[in-house]
Amino acid sequence: MDSSPSIRLSGVTKRFGDLVALDAVDLDVAPGEIFGILGRSGAGKSTLLRTVNLLTRPDSGTVEVDGGELTALRGRELRDARAKTAMIFQHFNLLSNRDATSNVALPLRFQAVPRAARRERALELLDLVGLADKAKAYPGRLSGGQRQRLAIARALAAAPAVLLSDEATSALDTDTTDEILDLLARLNRELGLTILLITHELEVITRICDRAAVMEAGRFVETGPVPELLADPGSRLGGQARRLASRLLGEEVAS
Amino acid sequence: MTTDRLVERLVEAFWETLHIVAVAGVWTLLGGLLLGTVLYMTSKTGPRPIAVLNAPLGLIVNIGRSAPFVLLMVAVVPFTRLITGTSIGTEAAIVPLTVASIPFFARLVEGALLEVQPGLIEAARSMGASTPALVWRVVLPEATPGLIRGFTVTLVAVVSYSAMAGIVGGGGLGDLAYRYGYQRFEAEYMIWPLVILVVLVQLFQILGDRCARTLDRR
Repeated sequence: MDSSPSIRLSGVTKRFGDLVALDAVDLDVAPGEIFGILGRSGAGKSTLLRTVNLLTRPDSGTVEVDGGELTALRGRELRDARAKTAMIFQHFNLLSNRDATSNVALPLRFQAVPRAARRERALELLDLVGLADKAKAYPGRLSGGQRQRLAIARALAAAPAVLLSDEATSALDTDTTDEILDLLARLNRELGLTILLITHELEVITRICDRAAVMEAGRFVETGPVPELLADPGSRLGGQARRLASRLLGEEVAS
Repeated sequence: MTTDRLVERLVEAFWETLHIVAVAGVWTLLGGLLLGTVLYMTSKTGPRPIAVLNAPLGLIVNIGRSAPFVLLMVAVVPFTRLITGTSIGTEAAIVPLTVASIPFFARLVEGALLEVQPGLIEAARSMGASTPALVWRVVLPEATPGLIRGFTVTLVAVVSYSAMAGIVGGGGLGDLAYRYGYQRFEAEYMIWPLVILVVLVQLFQILGDRCARTLDRR
């Protein structure tokens, strides 16, 4: 790719006491790409994702989003930059005492957008994620899939360039997972949204990711385009896919 | 004739109690919300940890809560004089009552705010929320039902404390029951204030529960 990367991490290191959560991680995500990071819990995926919007500040290394170096920013500038790097979560993290419209409008309140404009934008986004008829519903009355769609609408409110997804489908059943992944793929296509996601589910990677990395003990042990990794039985991703297939089909596919 | 006097005194005492509880309640609401929010924000795990502020505030709150109200009432007399110009009467009774109930409510506020899911705070941070915006737009609205429940408990405590304010000539239903009912053995002066206090407390509790339930959409 000749355009500058949407997300670039260089030598990002983070320690928690004696534990090295991130060990000099480098990562480039191209604009409009869906990049997936696969790993078990404790591998450092979650910490990595949180360094991208500096919810976790790395001990060393730099983070760039859309050409701007986030690690150089503080205070107000950092908050403005964060607004352009939206995030969705495993447990949705919605305001339970506010209706769908207010939830979607929340990021706009932080930017002091006037009420009428907030509302208009919120309704537009609810429509985009297929929740136009739930504008007045409270999150407690929505299904898991609807809640995640609401969270996605909220994430898009401030027109971000990048979406960070923290195990967004891990609390959902298989069908709902597919529905959410299809929505993310559509937003990626239609809005040119760059998506960086972390997951422990191989299916998430194979279904929507252009490229992927496998993470273990705070570092990437494998990175590449998903089709290539899958085609290679010697890769971790390819090996895991074959083991999964053989388990599901009950026959020896693995090499 | 005596019944008329009883009713007259009950009505007067009822308004006194209501006045004491209302004024002390408003100050407690404001003071407790502010103090509790600052305690929550500045704690080690809060959105804006400031140990040098949190530790002394926590200590003050704990001292306020551990001092028996009867002693507190005497201890704050200089402060009461400073504010109301006198240390006896209804207005003077409101001061120690407020001083006692602010720390009490502040801890309940802190507890209600701690109930807000950490994930929600992280989400707000990821949207670029500043700390004041985070507290004002996310933490307080999300904790509203819990805050209302805490305030209801506080208000009921204020009603029962207000009875003790009779010692400084504070008036009110507790004072009436004490002077006529207890000291003069007039049974109806003991029973009626008690009945009214029970009804009042019930009313506060029902109203508080209803408000909290309406606003709680979880």
